[in-house]
Amino acid sequence: MIQKKFLITDNAGIHARPASLLTRAVQEFDGVAKIKFMEKEGNLKSIMSIMALGLKKGSEITVSLEGEMEESVFSMIEKIFIENKLVD
Amino acid sequence: MVVSGIAASDGIAIGKVFKFEKKALRITNKKNEFYEEEIKKLNKAIDLSKNELTDISENITKSIDKEHGEIFLAHREILVDPEIYKKTVEKIEKDKVNAAFAYHQITEYFAKQFENMKDEYFSERAVDVRDVSRRVISHLLGVENISLNEITNEVILIARDLTPSDTAQLNQKFVRGFITNIGGKTSHSAIMARSIEIPAVVGTRDIMSRVKNNDLIILDGISGKVIINPSNKEIEEYKNKKTNYVNDRNKLKVLRNKETITACGKKIELAANIGSPKDIETVIGNGAEGIGLYRTEFLYMESDDFPTEEEQFIAYKKVCESLNPKPVVIRTLDIGGDKELKYLKTPDELNPFLGHRAIRLCFEEEKMFETQIRALLRASAFGNIKIMFPMIATIGDFRRAKGFVEKIKKEFDNKSIEYNKNIEIGIMVEIPATAILADCFAKEVDFFSIGTNDLIQYTFAADRMNQKVSYLYQPYNPSLLRLIKMVIDSAHAEGKWVGMCGEMAGDPIAIPLLVGLGLDEFSMSATSILKARHLISNIKLEDAKSLVESAIYKDTSSEVKKLVNEKLLNRRKL
Repeated sequence: MIQKKFLITDNAGIHARPASLLTRAVQEFDGVAKIKFMEKEGNLKSIMSIMALGLKKGSEITVSLEGEMEESVFSMIEKIFIENKLVD
Repeated sequence: MVVSGIAASDGIAIGKVFKFEKKALRITNKKNEFYEEEIKKLNKAIDLSKNELTDISENITKSIDKEHGEIFLAHREILVDPEIYKKTVEKIEKDKVNAAFAYHQITEYFAKQFENMKDEYFSERAVDVRDVSRRVISHLLGVENISLNEITNEVILIARDLTPSDTAQLNQKFVRGFITNIGGKTSHSAIMARSIEIPAVVGTRDIMSRVKNNDLIILDGISGKVIINPSNKEIEEYKNKKTNYVNDRNKLKVLRNKETITACGKKIELAANIGSPKDIETVIGNGAEGIGLYRTEFLYMESDDFPTEEEQFIAYKKVCESLNPKPVVIRTLDIGGDKELKYLKTPDELNPFLGHRAIRLCFEEEKMFETQIRALLRASAFGNIKIMFPMIATIGDFRRAKGFVEKIKKEFDNKSIEYNKNIEIGIMVEIPATAILADCFAKEVDFFSIGTNDLIQYTFAADRMNQKVSYLYQPYNPSLLRLIKMVIDSAHAEGKWVGMCGEMAGDPIAIPLLVGLGLDEFSMSATSILKARHLISNIKLEDAKSLVESAIYKDTSSEVKKLVNEKLLNRRKL
């Protein structure tokens, strides 16, 4: 399993557009993809589940992947976070 | 017959009514033992919807822009969401209900969850979930919806409400505007109307039941008025209004990214008044050269408790970063008078406007005031913030308020917290005593901003909430003009600048007078800026100066008004 913490620094938080980028990135991933915020846990493949966390600026989240090719998929996710300036 | 609603998007349209009535979706909880069949139906409905959304997204990207197109890519993600799908399938299998019923229940569960979220952005996403849900269920039930892109003659659209999917299909060539029963200024349909620039009135409550198809109707998106079956005279009147509106708008659009310069070449700054970071879009869209008044009290009034330093810091930083390097004048908390906080109990006063309000209240609530100053100073590292204190009556008031800033600056220096060391600190001039002593104040402050709403009420001793004395609201009265002149002259003698942030700053009669008096910055509602810029571009400084020279020696407000109309305004049309 691979997991990492991110601090959301984008003023708008994780809105529909970035959330849909994340779900599209893990759509083909054959394994379990999770996003955790405080005590709540969401399915990274589900836009409903990500948005239901209501992630705002300052939210600290943990993203974890478990499955085949987890490392290369994870680097795609990190790229999305950085390119969309969700994190510093 | 006239119906009023909320003016959601500027413009005027005259045309025939097209009523957009959606067929009701009759969802029953009919059981079906053969659940595989229902799951197949669901898959098919989702596939059909997916193709539609892909098409819509591409069309919108082409006809409007990528950002609007992406709304429908997000809809597609909702459509293929594994949580919704998994739960729906489980429900179909377990409860043996039909697919439409199961899908409706599950999507409603998510929509409700969003609806209950505190953040406005997230709570509005319930609309998107329901929009997607309706699309899928229509396919499941075989209900065909009238598509708005099938409208092929010029109409004014009347609907109960318009969802994102509906507005996306509006053909601007034929739909000249729309009117809805529900909605507000920030609802999706209103935002869409503004971005495709068609007039709209929303929130009329009952327009659907008042009109028939093909009724002739006038839609005035400027005032929010709707006239059903108008007279010939009304049609003529609105045809003229429409021509004028279109001409004005085209003329003004050109000015959006221009500087404000008088006919003789003097540069003047036109700024906007805001109440929250949400207003920035309008401010930038109207070409403001800065923010002349950021009313921070809204931040306090919208909260259930004192906003934290961090919350304030984020708001101030966002505003000054978006405007940088343009100036942002932030007024410290102005509460009391007619504005109250539910979490800060203040005793009832006989004369609240003359009472314990604004800076006076901040002096007592030291912790609250310090929190705000800390947030302001921290944010000042990210843009061109200037701090402004309201309701300063004496030099002592100003020194005391400035002392708070000095104290926190020192603390920040010790802790190496970044802030703008040269931050300008100014005051509102809204109390006559302060205006009279402006020469002394000018030696200590960095700038003045004249708050005319209060200055007028205090100068004429007339409560601005009291209808019976509203005739005493006299912005053109020579007494007030002399007071303003005194403030401007005193500031300029010390090399300081003067702004104005009351309603008077955007008033076409007052503008030539204020230009003549040498006012440096005019701050008004963002939507008045382009008109003011146009007006100023036609004023010659020497004309304005001689105009105001005679105005201050008139006896009454109405004489001044007459003078301005004769001398300046009649020479051109706006």
